[in-house]
Amino acid sequence: MTWTPVCDYDAMLPERGVCALVGDVQVAVFRTYDGALHALANRDPFSGAYVLSRGIVGTRKGEPTVASPLHKQVFSLVSGRCLDEDAVTVPVYPVRVAGGCVEVSV
Amino acid sequence: MNRIVVVGYGPAAHRFVETLADKGFDGRITVIGEEPRPAYDRVALTSYLSGTSAEDLTYPVPGGVVTRLNTRATGIDRQAGHVVTGDGAEPYDVLVLATGSAPFVPPVPGAEHAYVYRTIEDLDAIRVAAKDAAEGVVVGGGLLGLEAADALRALGLKAHIVEMSPWLMPRQVDEGGGSVLKSHIEELGLSVHAGAGVQEIVTDGKGRVTGLRKPDGTVVDAQVVVFSAGIRPRDELARSAGLAVGERGGIVVDSAMRTSDPAIYAVGECALAGGMIYGLVGPCNTMAEVAAEQIMGGRAAFDGADLSTKLKLLGVEVAQFGAMDGALDVTYMDPVAGVYKKLFISDDARTLLGGICVGDASPYTTLRPFVGKPLPAPPSDLLFTGSGAANLDLPDDAQVCSCNNVCAGDIRTAIAGSGAADVAGIKACTRAGTTCGSCVPMLKQLLEKSGVEVSKSLCEHFTYSRAELFDIVRVRKIGTFSQLITEHGQGRGCDICKPAVASILASLHNGHVLEGERAALQDTNDAFLANIQKNGTYSVVPRIPGGEITPDKLIVIGEVARDFGLYTKITGGQRIDLFGARVEQLPEIWRRLVDAGFESGHAYGKALRTVKSCVGSTWCRYGVQDSVGMAIALELRYRGLRSPHKIKSAVSGCARECAEARSKDFGIIATEQGWNLYVGGNGGFRPRHADLLAKDLSTDELIRTIDRFLMFYIRTADRLQRTAAWIESLDGGLDYLREVIMQDSLGLCADLDAQMEHHIATYADEWQATLDDPDKLSRFVSFVNAPGVPDPSIVFGSERGQIRPAVAR
Repeated sequence: MTWTPVCDYDAMLPERGVCALVGDVQVAVFRTYDGALHALANRDPFSGAYVLSRGIVGTRKGEPTVASPLHKQVFSLVSGRCLDEDAVTVPVYPVRVAGGCVEVSV
Repeated sequence: MNRIVVVGYGPAAHRFVETLADKGFDGRITVIGEEPRPAYDRVALTSYLSGTSAEDLTYPVPGGVVTRLNTRATGIDRQAGHVVTGDGAEPYDVLVLATGSAPFVPPVPGAEHAYVYRTIEDLDAIRVAAKDAAEGVVVGGGLLGLEAADALRALGLKAHIVEMSPWLMPRQVDEGGGSVLKSHIEELGLSVHAGAGVQEIVTDGKGRVTGLRKPDGTVVDAQVVVFSAGIRPRDELARSAGLAVGERGGIVVDSAMRTSDPAIYAVGECALAGGMIYGLVGPCNTMAEVAAEQIMGGRAAFDGADLSTKLKLLGVEVAQFGAMDGALDVTYMDPVAGVYKKLFISDDARTLLGGICVGDASPYTTLRPFVGKPLPAPPSDLLFTGSGAANLDLPDDAQVCSCNNVCAGDIRTAIAGSGAADVAGIKACTRAGTTCGSCVPMLKQLLEKSGVEVSKSLCEHFTYSRAELFDIVRVRKIGTFSQLITEHGQGRGCDICKPAVASILASLHNGHVLEGERAALQDTNDAFLANIQKNGTYSVVPRIPGGEITPDKLIVIGEVARDFGLYTKITGGQRIDLFGARVEQLPEIWRRLVDAGFESGHAYGKALRTVKSCVGSTWCRYGVQDSVGMAIALELRYRGLRSPHKIKSAVSGCARECAEARSKDFGIIATEQGWNLYVGGNGGFRPRHADLLAKDLSTDELIRTIDRFLMFYIRTADRLQRTAAWIESLDGGLDYLREVIMQDSLGLCADLDAQMEHHIATYADEWQATLDDPDKLSRFVSFVNAPGVPDPSIVFGSERGQIRPAVAR
């Protein structure tokens, strides 16, 4: 498993996302209020635009989520599943902190 | 049966063709009308004098209907089956007469100098006559007469009312109610001459009206005389065609609205149904619907109508429902408050027969549906305001909306069956509440009782409405979302509550929207201070106050657009939108714009957008005030003000209204004396003309009123509720709004003023502040691990010499 550094963990605002370019894959990385990290594909499957990292982070019935900034469909940060449309899922990637640096694996 | 011809184009004709269209009639419909415009709302006619335009009052012509306006039908050839007009013949298979009525003008000397109160042209004539007059008299103290008297008063005249009966509104109220009504009206400065007739209209040697002589010889001084002494059905066409007419006029119809010729129907005020002429909008609409249904093969019938009325005349509520007498009656009278309420009851004291209200019409709303049914509570309880009356359960067959004949059962079906979840939903399903609106409180009650929980919770994280959250944040001085959700909510928020709370915090504290924790609450538009587009790029709109711009600044915008390759388009709000910027380009673009003196236009925010203007009195030969100067002043005053939804405005320099101010949340139209302020306009999905809030304001009054209007809206509106919907949702509507922000009925105004002062004093351009802050700037990157790399997914094609979004491979 190869890990790619994204940015310093401290540089990530709680409840906001950033986007990392790993090869030609765009990864949206989010830090939730409890300090946990999640990584999803940045592509919004509904519009085809690469924007999920810019969505609003929150919770739905306790599950951490992000809402697409274009048409507000909500995705689970844990499973990548769209909570508004069952059939739609976005890829989820492993993410970790190593030496104060956030890293993802694609 | 392919050709239907309607003669007459008033409200009944409109309802008839509208019903046909709704029912899918696919033949040819022709409407012949002698007035120069299609049917208009006569119930709201008086509002024409206070600024509502003829266009606003006019009903839309249903698709496919052919109209022949300015055309008078002169005869009916029943043998040939056509209507004769000045232009020729209009053949019909079915003919519908909706010729309406004419005001009755008694044949007294001088009557030719008097006016009547029925059409827009009548009102135009009265307005002109009032210009040179000091006093006016209305003959007839009925519903329409009082409205005409109010109109004269509004035109600046001292108004008199002459009524033949011993008291006013004899068809709606009894003597006791009449005397309470009279004192209300006299308090407003109108003179009431009850129990008096007209002997002649007095004129001077030059034929100018100087007064009205009563039978006792005394003269009421007046330069304008308006007759409103009843109506006469327009049956002359039917009469000359040999159709049966009543002894005292009116075209005789059966319960199917058919005349003595089965191919000809009559509806509205010209029809004599069951021996009665109906002059109220409700029954006339029902007749039109019955005729339409019959023609389409249905079985509807008109069996008389409820003549109950509720209205607010000269600020006084008057209502009558059911019978006007009974074996027993119970009266509540408070001469100090000017309230009179009476119920009529059967001799066994069990059945409600009817009622009369003056000064407080609440029993009308709660009790009218119980007419002919067992009394729901002891009469004394029912007559005292605030007693059990509001909690009565309506039987299913109780009529709630008399204008559109909708019963409680129909409304319950709409709620349970069709899922109507609010008043707007019920209106759409049933038409209840769409004509006079007096039953809207009842609709709300039915909704509440239906068990449909009308949840006011913002989302799963807060059980409060936006307005309640606003008060919590304000009163408890809460500064962060985390504090609010920990103390008053649950979970960690979502895309609904976070931007709503961000907006509340911005309205109350006015700090930078990207400061600290607030950065994580913003929608992407506010997060990047630009408008996201479908391909993930953003557009940039610098503020151009009032739409005024120097050539130098215009050139800067052009240069920036050219240098960054941005698609450029003029907006509807007199600004320039630059599309196709990637997030990392936004700071560079704004550095150039800020250096040239531009500020954020907040096109991305739920905030004040633009104040459009026409060119105004500085250049325009018609302008009466400096609309550009006013628009700039207003835009600079309210720039950056965050609100429940976007706010748009415009200022027109004269009544020609080139700035389209009446389609805005607040619109200003210059007058010779000052400014007229309109509120609650909307373009968009559901267009709505703004309502006149106040007339002829000075500049200071105008600004103070707008300050309070905006702040009251920001405090109390729902999330994403534009001012149009907000005003419609206010209990008491525009009158209530006036009371709160102009008469300070809630004692809020000082607070609202202070809040606006705070906003103005603390405004700072948020783009300038962002450029000055390396921390905020660092977020403007496509890739946090490769800040210089542009997003490879963003590619453009070209169209008409500019870029357009394309799909990445």
